[in-house]
Amino acid sequence: MVTEKDVEHIAGLADIGINTEELGTFTGQFNAILDYFDVLDRVQGDGVITRDLSNVMREDEVSPSLLLEDVLKNAGAHEDGFIKAPRVM
Amino acid sequence: MAEHRIVFEPEDRYHAFLTVCKNATYGSGTLAGIAVAVKDNISTKGIETTCASKILKGYIPPYDAHVVSLLKQSGAAIAGKTNMDEFGMGTTTENSAFGPTLNPCDPTRVPGGSSGGSAAAVAAGMVQMALGTDTGGSIRCPAAFCGIVGLKPTYGRVSRYGLIAYANSLEQIGPMAKNVADVSRLMQVIAGYDCRDTTSYDHPYTQTPDADITGLKIGIPQEYFGAGVDPKVAAVVKNAIARLEELGATTVPCSIPSMEYALAAYYVICTSEASSNLARFDGVRYGHAADTKKSWHDAFREVRRAGFGTEVRRRIMLGTFALSSGYYGKYYAKAQIARENVKKDVTRILSEVDVIAGPTMPTIAFKLGEKSDPLSMYLSDILTVPANLAGIPAISVPCGMVNQMPVGLQIMGRSFEDERVVDVAYAYEQAVKQ
Repeated sequence: MVTEKDVEHIAGLADIGINTEELGTFTGQFNAILDYFDVLDRVQGDGVITRDLSNVMREDEVSPSLLLEDVLKNAGAHEDGFIKAPRVM
Repeated sequence: MAEHRIVFEPEDRYHAFLTVCKNATYGSGTLAGIAVAVKDNISTKGIETTCASKILKGYIPPYDAHVVSLLKQSGAAIAGKTNMDEFGMGTTTENSAFGPTLNPCDPTRVPGGSSGGSAAAVAAGMVQMALGTDTGGSIRCPAAFCGIVGLKPTYGRVSRYGLIAYANSLEQIGPMAKNVADVSRLMQVIAGYDCRDTTSYDHPYTQTPDADITGLKIGIPQEYFGAGVDPKVAAVVKNAIARLEELGATTVPCSIPSMEYALAAYYVICTSEASSNLARFDGVRYGHAADTKKSWHDAFREVRRAGFGTEVRRRIMLGTFALSSGYYGKYYAKAQIARENVKKDVTRILSEVDVIAGPTMPTIAFKLGEKSDPLSMYLSDILTVPANLAGIPAISVPCGMVNQMPVGLQIMGRSFEDERVVDVAYAYEQAVKQ
């Protein structure tokens, strides 16, 4: 059972932005969905995942890439060839 | 290469397209001059690509997805970008930020999703072929609901470079068309190795469909005909399987016990992957621009609240929860074991039979607005998610009608035996055509 407070906390972690009206709706829906997810408690298995996987590596060599002006075309704001981001400090 | 143009000005009565390319160019090759529609989560150089989300409104990719480059090399004309559930999150195409697509078979019903625009464009005869993407059934569901053919290839067979995926470990790009031969032709073009997708295998597809299925063994899982499946849909699919028996196949009853928790595992995994995958939509490098004067978290929240629709925000939060400290073991870790169990079940069955058959969807297409509760929408994916969890190929081919709406027969096969599921679908299609 999750509470509105839990959902608010998760919304904060996910940086999703949420208002009080939505909080009630999301909380109700999450409880229904998480109840359904409880079926996973019955999963039997040793937890060892044996997939036939291997890492894919390549040489660290320069290869053709996009032009700077093409990369910046979709950026919200840029300056001197750099993309501007909101302040982090 | 000689370049030609098509004139493509369809009357889009079902809102299949988000962008129409009126004067698409084409060259020479196996698909010369054929109009191909591309789902709007596949990057197209110089053509707006939104994933049906406000957050990417106005985004014009500076490069082509690998599959789009291959389409162009084969001479195809990119006719436009098709509507979808936002970022592929949905089963009806109602979660598009730009309004739903309607089902050409009955415009009061949904076309299925998330590749609903691609399915409707093909079903309405606007294009001969289309590309869709399938994370938990997003090619097969709309193919079944709109009465066309759709193939989810083996994971790794088609490059995902340039696909704006939401759940990377599950998603594949695949072909959609009115008939199996066209699906196979499009698959020939898009399959193959690409070094820019690290999950890509060097396994080209060169098959021309063969309708001879003499001696084929088909597994019929009881779970595909049990609770939750409309008995009328089950009856139509059973008739179709009987037709395959007349063509020389034999059937073997089987069971996929892990189906009990496959859907829950699928939703835990796909939302978890979405929660990290969609963190890149921060309004900095592309899309809905962030206010750089604000602090990072304030700006980020503002952009994502304004740009993402409700279902996308719901899935990001669910995934964040499933991965959060204290819950990871209960949800994500268990879901990974469940996924492994699905894979083991399917592998065991496919060591005894050649393919597995059942309905693609448990019902016919829903009425618009019918599935307003998220959990009831999720539950309708139960028959399609096993193929994504196991990474195996699966095709949906029309096999009859219930209440004047199409029903899809789903054929699943062993990894890298896409050719075989195509052959079985072709055998059925050719038999009912005669």
